[in-house]
Amino acid sequence: MSITEVEFQVASVENAPVQAVEGRSQWQLTWLRLRSDKVAIASLIVIVIMFALALASPAIAALVHHPPNTAYPLTGENVAGNPVGPGTNGFLLGTDDTGRDLLVRILYGARISLFVGVVTTLIGTVAGVAVGLIAGYFGGVIDTILARFTDAVLAFPYIVLALALAVVLGPSLTVIIGVISFFAWAGIARIVRGQTLSLKEKEYIEAARSLGAGPFRIMFIDILPNLLAPVLVLATLYIPNAVVFESTLSFLGLGIQPPTASWGNILATATNFYTVAWWYTVFPALALLITTLAFNLLGDGIRDAMDPGTERLLAARRGAKKRRAQRREMKGAGPSEAFPDPGTQAQPPIGLG
Amino acid sequence: MTEESAGPVLTDAALGGDDVLVRVENLVKYFPVRTAGFVRRTVGNVQAVDGVSLAIPRGTTLGLVGETGSGKSTLARCIAGLLPVTSGKVTFDGHDITNLSRRRMQPFRRDIQMIFQDPYGSLNPRRRVGAIIGDPFAIHKTVPSSERKRKVQELMERVGLNPEHYNRYPAEFSGGQRQRIGVARALALRPKLIICDEPVSALDVSIQAQVLNLLSDLQKDFGLTYLFIAHDLEVVRHVSNAVTVMYLGRVAESGSREVVYATPRHPYTAALLSAAPAADPDAAASRQRIILVGDIPSPIDPPSGCRFHPRCPKAQELCSEQDPPLEVKAGDAATHLTACHFPVEAGENLAAAAGRR
Repeated sequence: MSITEVEFQVASVENAPVQAVEGRSQWQLTWLRLRSDKVAIASLIVIVIMFALALASPAIAALVHHPPNTAYPLTGENVAGNPVGPGTNGFLLGTDDTGRDLLVRILYGARISLFVGVVTTLIGTVAGVAVGLIAGYFGGVIDTILARFTDAVLAFPYIVLALALAVVLGPSLTVIIGVISFFAWAGIARIVRGQTLSLKEKEYIEAARSLGAGPFRIMFIDILPNLLAPVLVLATLYIPNAVVFESTLSFLGLGIQPPTASWGNILATATNFYTVAWWYTVFPALALLITTLAFNLLGDGIRDAMDPGTERLLAARRGAKKRRAQRREMKGAGPSEAFPDPGTQAQPPIGLG
Repeated sequence: MTEESAGPVLTDAALGGDDVLVRVENLVKYFPVRTAGFVRRTVGNVQAVDGVSLAIPRGTTLGLVGETGSGKSTLARCIAGLLPVTSGKVTFDGHDITNLSRRRMQPFRRDIQMIFQDPYGSLNPRRRVGAIIGDPFAIHKTVPSSERKRKVQELMERVGLNPEHYNRYPAEFSGGQRQRIGVARALALRPKLIICDEPVSALDVSIQAQVLNLLSDLQKDFGLTYLFIAHDLEVVRHVSNAVTVMYLGRVAESGSREVVYATPRHPYTAALLSAAPAADPDAAASRQRIILVGDIPSPIDPPSGCRFHPRCPKAQELCSEQDPPLEVKAGDAATHLTACHFPVEAGENLAAAAGRR
């Protein structure tokens, strides 16, 4: 033990009582780490802007005096009857094949896409967590049935089933939300089941049982808080999937029906006009790309921020060599009675590939 | 129990007389060993606890010792109702609590609490200390939620924690402090029995003493009864009124602390005592250590007869054939029971016998 380390430890012990009495929760720590991740913060800002624009779309439509479903054959189409390009006649992103304002249609499409993405992910997450917890905690026959059912759903050619359902039930927003939710829960259920299987063997679960806690109290009060981190990451990463899924269904004509705008059905008609109107394909595709990319990058950022190991990584990236060296020395000294290392013990490993 | 063994001979005195809080009779706990795959055939049993009887008088501490794999923790979990019992009987305060359903066990849960070995594993890392200690109140609804915080802070103060740390997470505490959190949680419902499953073996020695002193203070103040599991003989000597030595799921020897430590009759007890490190270097130098050969055998396929015979320096033909009953040996106190055909006599040099083998 070097002299400097002794001084360092003494200093930290003396500082201990000054520390805030309120413990910092994992969420506060995660936020602190996430804040220093520029990509994740940029993604978060993009997502917030997307939501704001989607919410403000009627206002923007009023501002440019172009309602979403109104065609402008005189100003919105050229002499050949084709869409006009960006910036022409007050159409900022051009028009579509019937002379409607593409910008307004994309913004109205964002409402549908984000709504479907968030709602289906919420439904899927709640269902997936419930199924995973019950299967993992109870085990036995219940687990066998639920786990096999989960596998079956995951193994399904979901586009085929979704198309079949949409055809049978008729395309509507409810059917789309139902279909996407049905495929959303399985992936989360599988991860939650696996985590529950390992968490239920922990000594603190046995402690809860010895106090007389029932199975549902153990599942929701003792196990669930330990699962929130991976579930949050999975949910964030599922939103873009759901958005793309909705666009796919609409693109294939079985999702949102025209004239209601959706990124999928705009793209579906745009493919017929890509030789004469590049903007018609590029801008809705760009909206889809930016949104899904932002959600994916944010999900990655949250995953990194939840993993205590990345704190060291970020510190290294910032070039905080001094702090890193000190921490390594502390590690070498072993867990000290006077100075526990909260970072490494607070977080169970997040089992995500 | 295996068929050939004669049931242990237990006198009332040996089982603690009248004012017994916990009585365990012929407790057996087997874990079936199954084949992997869809059709899971049972191919054997891990005989973790195989016919153990003991009794703990009210207000006393029974120390349970034995090496890893002897079935101490399994026995504790059977008494606490955390594991279903294969056969045998657990009586608590006059009530048979063997294999009760969760609902019917609930009133007894208040009276039987546990302190766990691992102060890191036994506290939920995602919950605040106040919530962890307040859990018993929330589950049994003994304290309205408006008073819970005050009650929890009283408990924290009682076990030597700063009540202001109510909102901290377990990771922000040291090992000793975490074990105090575990003690506070066990104490919350004012139980009659606390089962301490190696409560100090994960702590360093100076902290061990603090936690042990806390436990003995609490015993005095609240009239607690302890079942104290440990593999550190000095710790058990410090806290216990009576000691039970387990080997491979059976009781090898049991009796009052003074008698067992001064005149061990079972060769296994003698070997354990001789292996304990002595703080006095002179005593350590003059001590004869009995070196046991081999490891504890597999509880799936325990040795025939006396389970200790493959490692026993005194083993004879008889030992591998007949299971020795747990009984009072000639010249011993009525509470001193030994399961051995050839108990150790005073002045006998077991170390020499072990060396010859």
